[in-house]
Amino acid sequence: MNTVTNYFKSLLLIELFKGLALTGKYIFAKKITVQYPDEKTPYSPRFRGLHALRRYPNGEERCIACKLCEAVCPALAITIEAEPRTDGSRRTTRYDIDLAKCIFCGFCEESCPVDSIVETRVYEYHAEQRGDLLMTKEKLLAVGDKFEQQIAADRAMDARFR
Amino acid sequence: MLEAALAVWDSIPVMIQTVTVLVIEVVALVIPIMLSVAYLTLAERKVIGYAQVRIGPNRVGPYGLGQPIADGLKLVMKEIILPTKANKFLFVLAPILSLGPALAAWAVVPLYDGIAVANIDAGLLYILAMTSVGVYGVIIAGWASNSKYAFLGALRSAAQIVSYEIAMGFALVGVLLAAGSLNLQTIVNAQNGGVLHWYFLPLLPLFMVYFISGVAETNRAPFDVAEGESEIVAGFHVEYSGIAFGVFFLAEYANMILISVLTAVLFCGGWLSPLQGVVPDTVFDIPVLGHLLGHGPHWLLAKTSFFLFLFLWFRATFPRYRYDQIMRLGWKVFIPITIVWLLVVGLMVVTGFGPWW
Repeated sequence: MNTVTNYFKSLLLIELFKGLALTGKYIFAKKITVQYPDEKTPYSPRFRGLHALRRYPNGEERCIACKLCEAVCPALAITIEAEPRTDGSRRTTRYDIDLAKCIFCGFCEESCPVDSIVETRVYEYHAEQRGDLLMTKEKLLAVGDKFEQQIAADRAMDARFR
Repeated sequence: MLEAALAVWDSIPVMIQTVTVLVIEVVALVIPIMLSVAYLTLAERKVIGYAQVRIGPNRVGPYGLGQPIADGLKLVMKEIILPTKANKFLFVLAPILSLGPALAAWAVVPLYDGIAVANIDAGLLYILAMTSVGVYGVIIAGWASNSKYAFLGALRSAAQIVSYEIAMGFALVGVLLAAGSLNLQTIVNAQNGGVLHWYFLPLLPLFMVYFISGVAETNRAPFDVAEGESEIVAGFHVEYSGIAFGVFFLAEYANMILISVLTAVLFCGGWLSPLQGVVPDTVFDIPVLGHLLGHGPHWLLAKTSFFLFLFLWFRATFPRYRYDQIMRLGWKVFIPITIVWLLVVGLMVVTGFGPWW
């Protein structure tokens, strides 16, 4: 008896019609496509995007060249050179992040004792030449200056959990 | 002016007149077909997108309507690579041989009562012959490419097409038994008299077998093992690039349209209106509305579009068949079903069963 019903089921294509009904239903479902350049999805303040070096409100750069980020970086993307400045404070003379090596793990930001190196929310950047992905100290500071407001707001929002 | 033109026309020899008329008819038929082929590719991407809760291409022109043109341009600009030691003549011939029959078969398709490029008495036979020639394109493409992959792909495709050809032929025999004619005009006219008089009801199993075999014939999902883009490369046309590949692509879609239009003509009453017998006959005498609701080529178009939509819907729904299951379905299921139903049709015709005979 079971075989007979199975025969009828397969001959009448019942399961196929069920499948068609399901996809047919989805043809009329609301479409979830986000049309990216015109529409964007919300994203977290913890987003790990382009790197930036921050400054104190008085304009002094935060980085004290402790090289913790360089040590923790799993991809060896950070290169730091430092010398004492004439006023006796310890500052970097070179701070490079090779974005081609970087894996955006965020360890540099976590290791930083003075909240100097941070990863911003910026993800829409590109490079047209090979060297463009090597972020030098000047470039990183420029990014920090440009997005300081958003960086500070994001850190404040996340402060409770740190 | 008109008289002068007519006089010039009359002065041309009759043979050239016939040829001119034929050429105009062919062009008037082929251009809309090629356009629908182009836009069928867009429709496919849209329908599959919608079934997957996406919106499909919409960047080129309004609603993505420029997409087929952009795709076509891209293919035309690309280089056609001839593989080393490929048989050049056959390599170029194969795409043409696969598109040609798909277009040539249209010659006998009746668009309306008395409107067809050729109203021949062996129409159904001509269709069978033409759709069978298409398989040569596949075999020659695989052979001329001088590549093992293309050759194996061609064998797979050819075996599948030939297998389903048989079930398809038997399904068509059912139609010709029912209509008592090979002439497509006569077949459509024999279905006159409302939806219940169309052949898809008495020939339901044959109708199913015909359409499913049609899907298998055109190597479309779920029978697209020959192409199998997620498993193997591309089957018989791996070595083709540029517009040579484009022509194979056009042939596939032209075949889909052909199968759809044939299903509409043979099983669903062609240009006959489904409203016949549903609404009172006086409605058809109303000036414009009557023409829209009454018999006309637009019903053939609507039915064809429906079957084409089914093709796309199938592709959005079904997973790919395994090759041995395809063969089992063709030989062990479809052929017995069609043969049994041919006997039933014969009995029905002899006894004058139902509203059909």
